[in-house]
Amino acid sequence: MCADTAVKPTTAAQGEILLEAHDLARYFDVSKPWLNRVIERSERLTLKAVDGVGFSIRRGETLSLVGESGCGKSTVARLVVGLYGLTRGKLVFDGEDISDLASRTGRQAASVRKRFQMIFQDPYASLNPLWRVGTIIGEPLRFFRPEMSSTDRRRRVGELLEQVGMSAMDANRYPHEFSGGQRQRISIARALANEPEFMICDEPTSALDVSVQAQILNLMRDLQDEYGLTYLFISHDMAVVKHMSDRIAVMYLGRIAEIAPADQLFESPHHPYSKMLLEAVPSLEGAGKERSVIQGEVPNPVHPPSGCAFHPRCPHANARCKAEAPRLIARSDGSEVACHGVEEGRLP
Amino acid sequence: MSQDIQTRESAAPVVPPKPSKWRTFLDSDIVYSWKRQPVVIIATLVTLIMFAAALFAPWIAPQNPFDPRQIELIDAFTPPMTTSDFTGNFYLLGSDSQGRDVFSAILYGSRISLLVGFAAVIFALVMGTALGLLAGFRGGWRDALIMRIADVQLTFPSILMALLIFGVIRGFLPRSMHAEVAIIVLIIAIGLSDWVQYARAVRGATMVEKSKEYVQAARVIGLPARKILFQHILPNVLRPVLVIGTIGLALAIIAEATLSFLGVGMPATQPSLGTLIRVGQDYMFSGEWWILLFPGVALLMLALSVNLLGDWLRDVLNPKLR
Amino acid sequence: MSSTPSSDNQRLDQRSAAPVAGHEPGTAGQEPVLSVRRLRVEFPTRHGTLVALDDVSFDIAPGEVLGVVGESGAGKSMTGNAVIRLLEPPGRIAEGEIHLSGKRIDNLPEDEFVPLRGRHIGMIFQDPLTSLNPLFSIGDQLVETIRAHLPMNEREAREEALKLLCEVGIPAPESRLDSYPHQFSGGMRQRVVIALALAARPEFIIADEPTTALDVSVQAQILALLKRLCADHGTAVMLVTHDMGVIAETADRVAVMYAGRLIEIGPVDEVVRNPQHPYTKGLMASIPGITKKLERLYQIEGSMPRLAAIPSGCAFNPRCPHAQKRCRDERPDLMPAEGSRAACWLHDPVDPLPPRQDVEGREVSHVR
Repeated sequence: MCADTAVKPTTAAQGEILLEAHDLARYFDVSKPWLNRVIERSERLTLKAVDGVGFSIRRGETLSLVGESGCGKSTVARLVVGLYGLTRGKLVFDGEDISDLASRTGRQAASVRKRFQMIFQDPYASLNPLWRVGTIIGEPLRFFRPEMSSTDRRRRVGELLEQVGMSAMDANRYPHEFSGGQRQRISIARALANEPEFMICDEPTSALDVSVQAQILNLMRDLQDEYGLTYLFISHDMAVVKHMSDRIAVMYLGRIAEIAPADQLFESPHHPYSKMLLEAVPSLEGAGKERSVIQGEVPNPVHPPSGCAFHPRCPHANARCKAEAPRLIARSDGSEVACHGVEEGRLP
Repeated sequence: MSQDIQTRESAAPVVPPKPSKWRTFLDSDIVYSWKRQPVVIIATLVTLIMFAAALFAPWIAPQNPFDPRQIELIDAFTPPMTTSDFTGNFYLLGSDSQGRDVFSAILYGSRISLLVGFAAVIFALVMGTALGLLAGFRGGWRDALIMRIADVQLTFPSILMALLIFGVIRGFLPRSMHAEVAIIVLIIAIGLSDWVQYARAVRGATMVEKSKEYVQAARVIGLPARKILFQHILPNVLRPVLVIGTIGLALAIIAEATLSFLGVGMPATQPSLGTLIRVGQDYMFSGEWWILLFPGVALLMLALSVNLLGDWLRDVLNPKLR
Repeated sequence: MSSTPSSDNQRLDQRSAAPVAGHEPGTAGQEPVLSVRRLRVEFPTRHGTLVALDDVSFDIAPGEVLGVVGESGAGKSMTGNAVIRLLEPPGRIAEGEIHLSGKRIDNLPEDEFVPLRGRHIGMIFQDPLTSLNPLFSIGDQLVETIRAHLPMNEREAREEALKLLCEVGIPAPESRLDSYPHQFSGGMRQRVVIALALAARPEFIIADEPTTALDVSVQAQILALLKRLCADHGTAVMLVTHDMGVIAETADRVAVMYAGRLIEIGPVDEVVRNPQHPYTKGLMASIPGITKKLERLYQIEGSMPRLAAIPSGCAFNPRCPHAQKRCRDERPDLMPAEGSRAACWLHDPVDPLPPRQDVEGREVSHVR
């Protein structure tokens, strides 16, 4: 497997495609209850959390989704693992259409589900507080490999704990006895239990302190090298994303603004929003230097702006940006950008 | 290796012999809080004594007040702490108009009160938990339907609901069966009038737990809804329910007593504490005060101590402080 | 105190010298707005007394921004809460003194202390919704705060409120004066909170994680605003945050905390670029950057000790690559170290410990 993360697949030649997402969309009904709507004469409200997102992930690579709150990055993660059903679009995992995964049950679901796993943000909420750590980590094994004897399972749980830097003895303890970083290690051990190929990581270090974050990020890289794992990595932290990713998709209000190889995005971002995000990152190197301040905030996603959703904050917006939503267009340097200005050549 | 410290630190507490379960329990916050509150200690003792007295009534009570053959009509209205001149029986708390020993009647009566209380709470708890889980987990129209019914029921005082349910159930049964099934009808009536608070608490807790990431992790694995509900969510929502149950027990005991006092609960041939109070009140001003007073005090002590325990449990197990 | 008598003596000596020798760049020649001396905060519990803050001393000069940084449990918020007396019970100040503009405030009775909040010490918290009353319009809240502290009538106060909203960059402030907190976005709400904090023109503001709940782009706006306004008004700021990036671009000086102790303090450029304490070094090296690309991040092994199990000597010693016997036995005080001051025996002016290994190479291997 293509486990060498140092190789950047800037050309589309390396590795087979593991996951393909076409035009994913997920709408949520956020209307008030029926009675309130009738009395207050308010309309039905739809939140387009994800609206037309497409990408592909090659085996062994890390694709990151990055963006500010409300951009839909976590929703995309939950669509991919089938926690939410798709409103529109198509998901293909290793050649198999899994668009209907959320509604699948039994064997049909298990054959796909045993091949990927998810790591969550909150280390305090992601472990059942009443279960021993060993039971928590063994859960996927009990479900996917019922034939496994309990002795074998216990041995496997011990191995997994040691693999994530803990002790096999910890299996007998309860989650509340551990710190946030240790809990996140337990989450990772659970995710690894059934030897998945693909991991969806939803802000896995956002709730952790920086020194612990470094431990967890290093661990995730080690595991990727060892098992050739493929990561879909979700984060709002540009520096973390840069450290972890081969490619990065910048999202804004339910759409992808730009997808590019990680190094390239940081060297020469095309989309004005990507530029803005990069400039907003506080820099440690230039201590005391002020970052350029960007005006405005992310609009309410229930009432997104017309056309390009970024136009009210964009210094380069023109009439076309207000009227027409841009499409992702591939560029010769391997990036894809959804911006009229870039497409027309007004912007570099 | 890079995680040496982590390993050392986490393995360290396992190496010394683990304190026994009993030791851990004695050192827990619950025991600590219990030991520091004399009121709670007294409430616990009173509750335990009354539970034991009710449970072992046949061995403690001098007579079986439900058995007419054991009752000496000639001993009617014997005052407390008196030995009867006629039969030589000793009446600790006096006897009533039928010559029934009040002490025995209280022991057997609290048996019925506690039986009805426990059964009604379990009935309400199971029904409320099931409906609350369904509403919270599935949402949608099921949630709306269940919670609207609950809202409507809440607008009536629960004793009124119990009276209503009691009347409706009795209406369907032949008169001859009334005395036999009185206890079951009482349990259903009180249980049905009381499920709403369990349903509400469970629904809220279910919605909170459902959105937590450990449940999502189980869904990513593909665990069927049934397993998620019973293995993950139910055990995690039970704690508030058990606390409500303890307080609910005191309320159910009082509800039973109220119904029996109003004459719609237990018949005088199988008196509960409430029935005893109803019978006793006729003699309150004619000098035979013990027939009313002692059952009343027994009911008060039982309901109060159970309630105090429930309040204390709620404070100790408050999930916010966990 | 957990240390040996000999080290206690030694520390007392250094302490008595501290007010003279310990003045830091930025405070020279000026009386500090806030001066915290040997602050110790304890939490009595049934398993013993937890020491949440242990011997913390620092000054903040007028107009200066002091960043207080540390990981969760380091005591950074506790320091701010102790200053404004918002410690959660049973927490209490066990030792030490707090001076505001030369006046001792930690021993004031409650009814004399409360008026200081708002008037002399402004507060900005992480969640703007906790600082704003949802039932009153922001105009009413501003007017009320202004009139509570300054001699103004309703009309003057309203004009002042308008000016403040203008200053914090609320667009069309005339029309927003009668809006309620829920009608504002997160960033705008935090601007209102800043306006409230500045309303009574306090000489000192405590900002506890003011931008943690905000998106990066908004974060930059709020920090720039805070920095500009405080410079304009000459307000000193104690900026409490876990984010080194925020500190690096906002603070003038940085105080790094670990396990309830102040372990390094100095000018921001020095501490960020050339950290002296091994913990600060490790912390800086473990932050992924956007300009560099590393295969692995430096990681400090283990985790911060719980308050109930703070190691003897230097609290960092079990995780420190340079730790030696002395570090386990004696607690180091702040000592001059290059441009800053660090609580580490490596910088002992009399008998410095030799460093065991240089972490600058960002090696992961960990020599003990």
